[in-house]
Amino acid sequence: MFQFRKPVLGLAAAAVLATAAPAFAQDEGPIKVGILHSLSGTMAISETTLSDVMLMLIEQQNAAGGVLGRQLEPVVVDPASDWPLFAEKLRELVEVDGVDVIFCCWTSVSRKSILPVAEELNTVVFYPVQYEGEESSRNIFYTGAAPNQQAIPAVDYLMEQGVERWVLAGTDYVYPRTTNRILEAYLLANGVAPEDIMINYTPFGHSDWQTIVSDIVAFGSQGKFTAVVSTINGDANVPFYRELANQGVDAADIPVIAFSVGEEELAGLDTSNLVGHLAAWNYFQSIDSPANEEFIAAWHAFTGDANEVTNDPMEAHYIGFHMWVAAVEKAGTTDADAVIDALIGISVPNLTGGFSAMMPNHHITKPVFIGEIQADGQFEVVWQTTGLVVGDEWSDYLPDSMNLIADWRAPLSCGNFNVATGVCGGAGAATP
Amino acid sequence: MEGAVRRPFLVSGRRPDPWPEPFGIMTNVRLSALRPARAVQLALALVAALCLSLLALASPALAQDEPDDAVLRALVQEFVAAEGNYRDTSAIVDRIAALGHPGGVPVLNTLGAGDLFFRNSDDLVFAGTERGNTLVMADPITGEALGEVAEREATAIRVNNAVRRSIRTALGSLTLLSDDRATRIAAAQTVFASRDANNLALLEQAIEAETDAGVLRVMEQARAAIVVNNADLAAEERIAAVDVLAARGDQAALNYLRLLLTTDDAGLAAAAERGVSRIETAQIFWGVGQNLWFGISLGSVLLLAAVGLAITFGVMGVINMAHGEMVMIGAYTVFVVQDVIRASGNAALLEWSLPIAIPLAFLVTAGIGMGIERGVIRWLYGRPLETLLATFGISLALQQAARSIFGSSNVLVGSPSWMSGSFSIGQLNFNYNRVYILLFAIMVFVALILVLRRTALGLQMRAVTQNRRMASAMGIHTPRVDMFTFGLGSGIAGLAGVALSQIDNVSANLGQAYIVDSFMVVVLGGVGNLWGTFVGAFGLGVTNKFLEPYIGQGDAVIAKIIVLVAIIVFIQWRPRGLFALKGRAIES
Repeated sequence: MFQFRKPVLGLAAAAVLATAAPAFAQDEGPIKVGILHSLSGTMAISETTLSDVMLMLIEQQNAAGGVLGRQLEPVVVDPASDWPLFAEKLRELVEVDGVDVIFCCWTSVSRKSILPVAEELNTVVFYPVQYEGEESSRNIFYTGAAPNQQAIPAVDYLMEQGVERWVLAGTDYVYPRTTNRILEAYLLANGVAPEDIMINYTPFGHSDWQTIVSDIVAFGSQGKFTAVVSTINGDANVPFYRELANQGVDAADIPVIAFSVGEEELAGLDTSNLVGHLAAWNYFQSIDSPANEEFIAAWHAFTGDANEVTNDPMEAHYIGFHMWVAAVEKAGTTDADAVIDALIGISVPNLTGGFSAMMPNHHITKPVFIGEIQADGQFEVVWQTTGLVVGDEWSDYLPDSMNLIADWRAPLSCGNFNVATGVCGGAGAATP
Repeated sequence: MEGAVRRPFLVSGRRPDPWPEPFGIMTNVRLSALRPARAVQLALALVAALCLSLLALASPALAQDEPDDAVLRALVQEFVAAEGNYRDTSAIVDRIAALGHPGGVPVLNTLGAGDLFFRNSDDLVFAGTERGNTLVMADPITGEALGEVAEREATAIRVNNAVRRSIRTALGSLTLLSDDRATRIAAAQTVFASRDANNLALLEQAIEAETDAGVLRVMEQARAAIVVNNADLAAEERIAAVDVLAARGDQAALNYLRLLLTTDDAGLAAAAERGVSRIETAQIFWGVGQNLWFGISLGSVLLLAAVGLAITFGVMGVINMAHGEMVMIGAYTVFVVQDVIRASGNAALLEWSLPIAIPLAFLVTAGIGMGIERGVIRWLYGRPLETLLATFGISLALQQAARSIFGSSNVLVGSPSWMSGSFSIGQLNFNYNRVYILLFAIMVFVALILVLRRTALGLQMRAVTQNRRMASAMGIHTPRVDMFTFGLGSGIAGLAGVALSQIDNVSANLGQAYIVDSFMVVVLGGVGNLWGTFVGAFGLGVTNKFLEPYIGQGDAVIAKIIVLVAIIVFIQWRPRGLFALKGRAIES
């Protein structure tokens, strides 16, 4: 299908650029920022806005004078929701385009795909989505929530509300499986009986929810207050919520708390039947703060559409980008090793009226909010943590990771240090 | 007499659900619209009747508080201080319920809908209706208009699920004597669920006044739920209540009875045990019935998806990989129809978007199907492998075309209100959309049978299928019959798309989810036999749904895998499916 000459030319160009890349870095030309988000395929619905928000942030930074007196230049590539392609595109960004930092990925499987390449090429990557934890890489900075910054507080809130029975429903892949493993251990440790926990997995895009919802209703009408903890991802949420509404599941009786449903996902739903169902995030568009107001106004101006919503991963990129800018200015260079060292301890304002700081485990501090869905598709915050929560990369509730910590400061500089044995890379070194 | 008792509680209602109504406009408007003299009269009658009813109730909590407007107003004013603290808000709701003032109903309805505000400047509590950036203010109790206020200068009194639960319980006791039948039933159900002993006196009064047998039954059940819990009452009375609960027969009644199994009173425990076993036995049957319905419902979806393929693959023998994309195009047709209606500004027509989309979807997909047959498939008759590859290519092209036109994300297809919600028969729950899809599937199937049996095209189609050369020799223009047959099969796939748009995500991938299932149904049922497809679809649906609960933790995927393996084994045993066609032409 392709003509032969083009790839050959491309390869030649790549080789030239690759050798020239180090020279570029010292130049006074623009600093290149790689944006690696799917613009097509199944994840495009979520990732396109992240790519756009990066373009907006770079534009703002350039208007404010750039970084180190140099302009920023975005390099956008499309990995097309194809997990192995993420790794190839990352390599292309670093070796061909010579970018100094990459903002990347949504799904855990795409992050797992780029991780070895990012380490091999020693580049700086920011990952903006809530994830299952059990990982810490020297080259990845996790600005999304770890389980203890989303799932555990959500369960705490529901326990405080008197929930005694739990349905853990998720899509069948690594994030829901690991999160539910952590939650199950946490619930059991808090005295919930095993027969009061129901776990259910469905494939991506599952559409016939009749039996499962009626099972949930049956499970939830045994006289104990029941809640559904949903790690259902993507498409399948629409028929799931539709079925909930059709079977008359009232949030006052069986609330559903979701970790992957935000403003963006609700935009395609009629929420008048869903009022009171919950979501746990570190940011909601409805949060009232001057920084957030300014951000939303800028986003509407940038997209030219006053109905565009903002969401949690967008805030994570906002934080991550400003952290990177601050670190580069502190280090005085875009050199990866210097920036990686400078990033730890950087603290920047978040959009909810406080500050977020980068911790030695490459996770950040965040407030946690629980919101109830409103009829207008927005969330109303009904509960929030009193202070900031430090992201915990290795869960304390899983036996294979409870002794592990990550600390990337010298002299420890280790992503999976076993405090029991005092060895770096001890048990649980491999990510599950 | 009964009217006189009920009138003071003449309150909002009309709707079965106790709180989503934004405002109990009925009474409030009536109160304010009356001439002053009449209003005083009515107010006097109201107070008198209230006193009467209170005397009759003689509930200690109610007797202490004089339910006058001032107390209610003071309580409503307390929402301001409690704003943001859901526990305090709930407590105020409970106190309004205990007050028993009918004016509490509109207040609580407004609060539950999130429409209760206070003005920042003077803490005036009001019911707000949004109009642009301003709020139209009304008195929360009487509904009297209070002017307008800018949205920024007012604060909403927020509620969460816990407050909503309190509101529901409160409305349950406040609306037990409502004039509206559905409201009374909802109120009685709420009292049943809360089994708050404070409601007993009110409930008994309501039972006395009740004339409607259906409402009375629910009220009796609510009373029984409270009575069985009261250890002070005589055992006979509690045992009688146990029987009432056992007759109700649902999960909630079962929960209440289970709690009695450990009671000290042997007679009561025995009665409870009888009730429990009676409900449990009944529930097994209801469970089987519900599963059967789920299976039939899934079967109807499979039938719709597969019956078009039964024509193109079953009758014509074309392995049509683009069949799923015809379904997808049908679903997108609904989207386009709704979009056009929305753009035209005639929102009322949205209710009719599906009936409008049905013929359009059929024509569009039939047209595309005939185009494919003319352009590609007719050159490949007798070469199944090439047909498979060509139609697979068409399928990819159509998917990409849909992505280019409609974008890669899902599009929102609305459901008309007559297709939302559910109804119950006994303990069986039926979603309206599933019921309509079942009816639609059967209608499509019957129509197809009629076309094949009773029309000239059907006759020619059957003739061509059975013996192409003979049919041609008889003067049938076989290429044209092929084209129409393929168009018919594609058109029916488009109809399936209309139905699927109501239960699944409408995106370019929609068809992919159904193509394998469709082939499975057709192969299982027997190629070339419509009744085989019918039996195959419902058989697969029911088997799937009966397997689902027994495997793992309701794992839908494993049920599917087992069914697939079973079909493979079955095909080994009967290669031609359930209903094999017999005849010389087939053998060759």
